[in-house]
Amino acid sequence: MSVTLPPAAGPVGTPGGDPAGAPGLVPDQPGVGLWRGAFRRLRRNPTAIAGAVIILLFVLVAVFAPLLTSYQPGAAEDAGKVTPLTVPGPSEDHWLGLDRYGSDMWTQLVYGARQSLLYGVVSTAIGLTLGAGLGAIAGGFGALGGRVGGWVDNAVMRFVDIMLSVPSLLLAVSIVAVLGQNAYAVMIAIGVAQVPIFARLLRGSMLSQGKADYVLAAGALGLRKRRIVAGHMVPNAIGPTIVQATLNLATAIIEVAALSYLGLGESDPAVAEWGRMLVAAQERFDSAARLALLPGFAIAITALGFTLLGEAMREALDPRTRR
Amino acid sequence: MLRFALRRLALMVPVLFGLSVLLFAWVRALPGDPARSLLGERATPEAIVAVNEAYGFDQPLLQQYLTYVKALLQGDFGSSIQSGADVLTTFGDRFPATVELALTAMLFAIVVGVPLGYLAARNQGRLLDTAVVSGSLLGVATPVFFLAILLKLVFADWLGWLPTALRQDPRIDATHITNFYVLDGFLTREWDAAWDAMLHLALPAIALGTIPLAIIVRITRASVAEVLHEDYVRTAESKGLSRGTISRRHVLRNALLPVVTTIGLQAGLLLSGAVLTETVFGFNGIGSYLFQAISTRDFPVLQGFIIFIAVIYSLINLVVDLLYGVIDPRVRVS
Repeated sequence: MSVTLPPAAGPVGTPGGDPAGAPGLVPDQPGVGLWRGAFRRLRRNPTAIAGAVIILLFVLVAVFAPLLTSYQPGAAEDAGKVTPLTVPGPSEDHWLGLDRYGSDMWTQLVYGARQSLLYGVVSTAIGLTLGAGLGAIAGGFGALGGRVGGWVDNAVMRFVDIMLSVPSLLLAVSIVAVLGQNAYAVMIAIGVAQVPIFARLLRGSMLSQGKADYVLAAGALGLRKRRIVAGHMVPNAIGPTIVQATLNLATAIIEVAALSYLGLGESDPAVAEWGRMLVAAQERFDSAARLALLPGFAIAITALGFTLLGEAMREALDPRTRR
Repeated sequence: MLRFALRRLALMVPVLFGLSVLLFAWVRALPGDPARSLLGERATPEAIVAVNEAYGFDQPLLQQYLTYVKALLQGDFGSSIQSGADVLTTFGDRFPATVELALTAMLFAIVVGVPLGYLAARNQGRLLDTAVVSGSLLGVATPVFFLAILLKLVFADWLGWLPTALRQDPRIDATHITNFYVLDGFLTREWDAAWDAMLHLALPAIALGTIPLAIIVRITRASVAEVLHEDYVRTAESKGLSRGTISRRHVLRNALLPVVTTIGLQAGLLLSGAVLTETVFGFNGIGSYLFQAISTRDFPVLQGFIIFIAVIYSLINLVVDLLYGVIDPRVRVS
């Protein structure tokens, strides 16, 4: 990263590294907190800006979908115009043409963004909550719990190992099989599949802070261990996990589409979903490749947005890139 | 080294034990009667009674679990609801195809990825670097199945350069000894069969290898960039060693450690990706078999899969850890 910046004053991993920064400690030279410093670096990073713009567009399209089109998703109002050999292309009424069921392609794409956003955010939130919870338990016990703590840490991490030994897609398939094929099952499945990575990350960064001065200081002040873990270690260690969550949004959006592609996603035809649009388009490759290309690129570009922002965040939070 | 290997192998036991408990719970949590979900909707009452007896579903849970594990240990994974074929046998038949595909994909990813990552790190901030980094970000963001569809559309359907589906042209009457079609071609000296199998592998392998490629490029780049700043590299330079020697002996050897770990971690991803890639290309490996099992809710097959893949995944990680010891002497000592 070739960004020239005034040296950030707030070192990583100090007790003052809370999200608000540590203003006012040294009145004549205000320190820059970890998060504020990271945000400053982010704003000047073109990669981050590009990612943020893509995400913003995606969210706007998803939220304002009904205003962007006058059709309903899955309405198939022009089903009669679709023949076994041809799917009508762009026209005055449908500027991206029809899909193979006779619905307006633009409408399907726009409403598809809603599904991807909803599924991506909810499933990542599930994964983050469960994973960070497990990671905090393992990391907290491992760092402060002594012998018993080490045992708890070990047990939790072996459990995570088991989850990790089943490829995420297969894990998702098994969960959908139990919960039945519906939106919640898909969200839970994709969320649970993300648990191992969050748990490992948070535990790792908490363990590496177990001997940090501020943890010793908090202990010496007589704070209870639970408070040290929740109030001091987790906030200081959560950075990489948040970055991972941004990156995982990309994976989640792809995985939602993949589950749909395998026939395990949303089955209601009135709901537009990018992955299912791809499946439907496959049969019409030769005559109407755009039916596959449009939703495919929609998934790829959205995932790219989250990847770009996530990567830039990782760089911004990484103390090594600040030198 | 041997003790290290044994210790790592022992660590697999609790993981597999836990997995078997979870799987046992899973089979029972499946909607409906376990016998019915194993046999399918059209099962006759006699068949259900038979399964209940065979699996001991009428016995206490602990007893059931023991029976279940015993069957698994004996390699009895049940048979497919759809075809009635033995699950393990079908795996045996189809697994070589997936291994062939995954290895080719990984080979593609490593052969292209490591040099690209190295070049990018050597030219940090220049056009080549920017292009490589952007390309790899795009690679990670593209869904495997979409990439597969795109490749098929362009290179098979439009340009007609490569075959669209299957592992080999059925018109070639090839002899199959190992079910690794390329290897079979070499073993039997049926060169046209080997070549044809390779052509069929090309597109699926590129599709499957792209995400690992993107990841390997980025890890190699980051790792090489870090090593280049190390003191020992400066020392080597000041000793007047040639650039090639420094790259080989000092930079790459140290920089490849994280890359090896990454390659191992890709195994699970490759297997997930294989399901999608094989489905797009009608490639008859375990991936497309799993796809059929998913769409027909063939639970014995799914269950067999999870165990099979978990074992393989754990073994691959073991191999990676051992490789780590070979590459990095420090690991062996500690």
